[in-house]
Amino acid sequence: MITLGSQKEVPPEFRRRTQLLVGLVCVIFLFLFGRLLYLQVIDGERYTYLSENNRIRLKKVPGTRGMVFDRRGQLMVDSRPSFDLLFVPEDTREPEQTLRRLARYLGRPEEELLKTFRDDKYRAPFDEIALGKDVDWRTVVTVESHQLDLPGVSLRTRPRRNYLESGMAAHLMGYLGEIGPRQLKTQKANGYTMGDEIGQAGLERRWEEFLRGQSGGQQVEVDALGRRVRVLHEVEDVPGSNVVLTLDRDVQHAAQEAMQGKDGAIVALDVRTGAVLAMVSAPAFDPNVFARGVTGEEWRGYMNDRAHPMNNRAIQGQYPPGSTFKIVLSVAALEEGAIQPDTHLGCAGSMAFGNRVFRDWKKEGHGSVDLHRGIVQSCDVYFYQVGNKLGVDKIAKWARALGLGEKTGIDLDDEKPGLIPDSEWKLRRFKQPWFPGETPSIAIGQGYVTVTPLQMATMMSAVANGGTVYKPWFVRRVESLDGTVVREYGPEQVRSLTFKEGTLDNVRTALADVVASPEGTGGAARSQVVKIAGKTGTAQVTEMKGATVKSENLAYLVRDHAWFVSYAPADNPEIAVAVIVEHGGHGGSAAAPLAKKVIETYLETKSDKPPDEKQPPANKQLARAPGDDRAD
Amino acid sequence: MPIDRRLISHFDWTLLALAFALVCLGALTIYSATYSVTEHRASGLAMKQFYWFLFGVSAMVVAATLDYHHIDNVAYPMYGLTLVLLTVVYFTGHSGGGSQRWIHLGFFTLQPSEVAKLTIVLALTKFLQYDEPPGGYSLRELWVPFLLVGPLAVLTLIQPDLGTAIILVVVFFSLILMGGLRVRSFLYLAAAGVAFMPIAYHFLKPYQRNRIWTFLNPDLDPLGAGYHVIQSKIAVGSGRLFGKGFLNGTQNRLDFLPAQHTDFIFAVFAEEWGFIGCLILLALYFALMIAGLRVVARAKDRIGALLAFGVVAIFFWQVVINVAMVTGLMPVVGIPLPLLSYGGSSMVTMMVAVGLLINVSMRRFTF
Repeated sequence: MITLGSQKEVPPEFRRRTQLLVGLVCVIFLFLFGRLLYLQVIDGERYTYLSENNRIRLKKVPGTRGMVFDRRGQLMVDSRPSFDLLFVPEDTREPEQTLRRLARYLGRPEEELLKTFRDDKYRAPFDEIALGKDVDWRTVVTVESHQLDLPGVSLRTRPRRNYLESGMAAHLMGYLGEIGPRQLKTQKANGYTMGDEIGQAGLERRWEEFLRGQSGGQQVEVDALGRRVRVLHEVEDVPGSNVVLTLDRDVQHAAQEAMQGKDGAIVALDVRTGAVLAMVSAPAFDPNVFARGVTGEEWRGYMNDRAHPMNNRAIQGQYPPGSTFKIVLSVAALEEGAIQPDTHLGCAGSMAFGNRVFRDWKKEGHGSVDLHRGIVQSCDVYFYQVGNKLGVDKIAKWARALGLGEKTGIDLDDEKPGLIPDSEWKLRRFKQPWFPGETPSIAIGQGYVTVTPLQMATMMSAVANGGTVYKPWFVRRVESLDGTVVREYGPEQVRSLTFKEGTLDNVRTALADVVASPEGTGGAARSQVVKIAGKTGTAQVTEMKGATVKSENLAYLVRDHAWFVSYAPADNPEIAVAVIVEHGGHGGSAAAPLAKKVIETYLETKSDKPPDEKQPPANKQLARAPGDDRAD
Repeated sequence: MPIDRRLISHFDWTLLALAFALVCLGALTIYSATYSVTEHRASGLAMKQFYWFLFGVSAMVVAATLDYHHIDNVAYPMYGLTLVLLTVVYFTGHSGGGSQRWIHLGFFTLQPSEVAKLTIVLALTKFLQYDEPPGGYSLRELWVPFLLVGPLAVLTLIQPDLGTAIILVVVFFSLILMGGLRVRSFLYLAAAGVAFMPIAYHFLKPYQRNRIWTFLNPDLDPLGAGYHVIQSKIAVGSGRLFGKGFLNGTQNRLDFLPAQHTDFIFAVFAEEWGFIGCLILLALYFALMIAGLRVVARAKDRIGALLAFGVVAIFFWQVVINVAMVTGLMPVVGIPLPLLSYGGSSMVTMMVAVGLLINVSMRRFTF
């Protein structure tokens, strides 16, 4: 036996305390017994009744999602009530009989309903089977009026997302989908449950926390036939906040209309803020299809479509900029002092460099060309030489400064950065030095250079606004239902460039003449209403996408992409528009008229209603109201 | 060390029988709770729990055999180990059900917060083993116990495991009260406790706050937190006098009960066995407490009495809080019903606890 010095006799107080404890334990256990006696014996009948066939059902009422408005308060997305047709087989003695009756009332084939019922083997008892989602009014009325003959059949209202104009800004809006198992795991803490809808892409996804409403619900006591006896508890659902975009519905509409039947993208930005006025990617998908629940077939259809309608070409399409890149070259050359505006270079229709010959698009050549003519007539040979004087690294420096080759940072998923090559990149990527013979291609926006339409619009904005690169943004504010501003967004500068005196003036004058001058390549954008400045581009499709191109499509797929980047009004720019038409051919003819239409629509809307820029004061007052207290 | 024959003759068979009876009821209820309607068989959890029980029995034998005076040497190293385990959980723990409580150890997962319950008892017993000062301990003399319980409780709380953290704290206060606390110090503590409540509330997770509010007013959230309490009350109440019978609990079968084989196992039991069954189950627990308190009263020395008391406190608080929660008398906090709820760490810890009681009991006459 070990004996430890510390051993102490049990003090007499311990006996007393233990007796006290026995008493305490007795009292508390008596209390618990009392509680059980109350629940199980005295109140037992009531609980038995409630537990039989579990008469308590939960009816979840999803909160209505917030609406989406354009910059002038025009509705773009809302939610409308819809009805789902549900069936709980446990609530009827003869489920098949009930379904046959229902089929007869609805004039639907019996087998179809019975199949849905029989196929649902893994359902937990008392779980409902969805016989139909978003059913029509006739079904609703029929089911309501025959309720007594149809035990177990019920209707559930749920708000359904409604995109007012099918496919309008689809890629920017995104779409909704039922929450997936993996999403559910991470989102459970935020109150999502099985069957909930959640934003899966675009605005719907990024602004999910504001747009989503809070689900409400009822705890309903039902009778043996599943009919509601009374509501035990109820929680009101709360609608989500509304989102006001910087987008203009009319401009967006015009851009979409212009793009009808073509593949490509249009981006329109406010050059003063970087706010997105319109963003089109064609072909588009219809978010309404997702809102009602996309079928596997439809999804596969979208995924396998060779035109990739799910891709947002405005931010994910990486195209060679073609001649539109000459704007970057011009800025770079003037800034680096590689040329002066009046430096004349000869163009004989082609230029030999090393063992290669670089052609001009105009076989006979442009003769002696200065910067102005180089831009206006888009002389390739002139820019080959400018490119050689600059070298690839200086081109890359200015291209990047103007926002190319990096993500613009717009709040959309999976934006692509494009590519602005330089010697370091070449070494890293190919373990080879940059060859001077590769520079001329770069100088006219071919070769390794790729850009996204959004980047081109951003670059154009910077040229137009005097050198400020803005992060493109499209949500102006989030408002609660009563109009209180929940969150407000504004322009964000990525960087501000300072140029030598005259650099931008020279470039801008030339860009205006691209459209205005009879010699210019962009005459198709000439407008009666406004002076537009811009640059055409024709991007050669050098690579074939995939090797399995059917011969009848070949001609189409090797056709050049048509670019037009622009801003207007030329002397006091407000809007920048970048247009690309895939395989459209020549930029001047295929893309320029589209930009003109967008710009003209923008100016019409300005005179139409006071644009949103004039509204904020009212909202700002609202937002500032609490702060007024501490004034003086 | 040869086993003294007197030890065997003084072996406390009552305690052992009570514990085994509870485990049997537990296995039965876990079987029912995890019985699948569609597949007509139970999941393997009841069997798994039985293996844990076997492991627990061996741990209990060890805990009963080694002289309990060794805790003077073991208590603080064990405290250190628990602290390390809880810290490991904090950084690398395996999460389940929204909180991070487990450590993966190959073929099983360890829940260190269960071990912490015993650790607190051992550490405090060691500290309080000496005669209390006349009139009781003052708070200033108790800074070591406070320092000991603090880190364990906080680490458990942030997992988050509010239930176990509460158990740690109430067992701690039970022990210092038993060990002898000055009346004035007790009043200070009570006052501080009341003052602390709003602060503690501030640190609760949103779902924990919800539980408190829905307890005070179930209408607030009948679909979420309130739903569990309502369904649990329906399960218990619908058991009525004789229950619905084994495997016949509809609330349980239709998955209306949350955590039906762990924290809400009492609801499953009550639904199937009724008031009579509950009476028997609670009587078993009651007998276990009284037998435990008898060990306290008869213990040979202060250290044995405190150890036995600590074990009784663990059992008492877990049973009372769990049953009160399931029957809607208290907000929902995750506390298992000792020896009944599914869970390996809990099972082994509780078996060791019973072993310690037996240990103190059979050494009461040895000198």
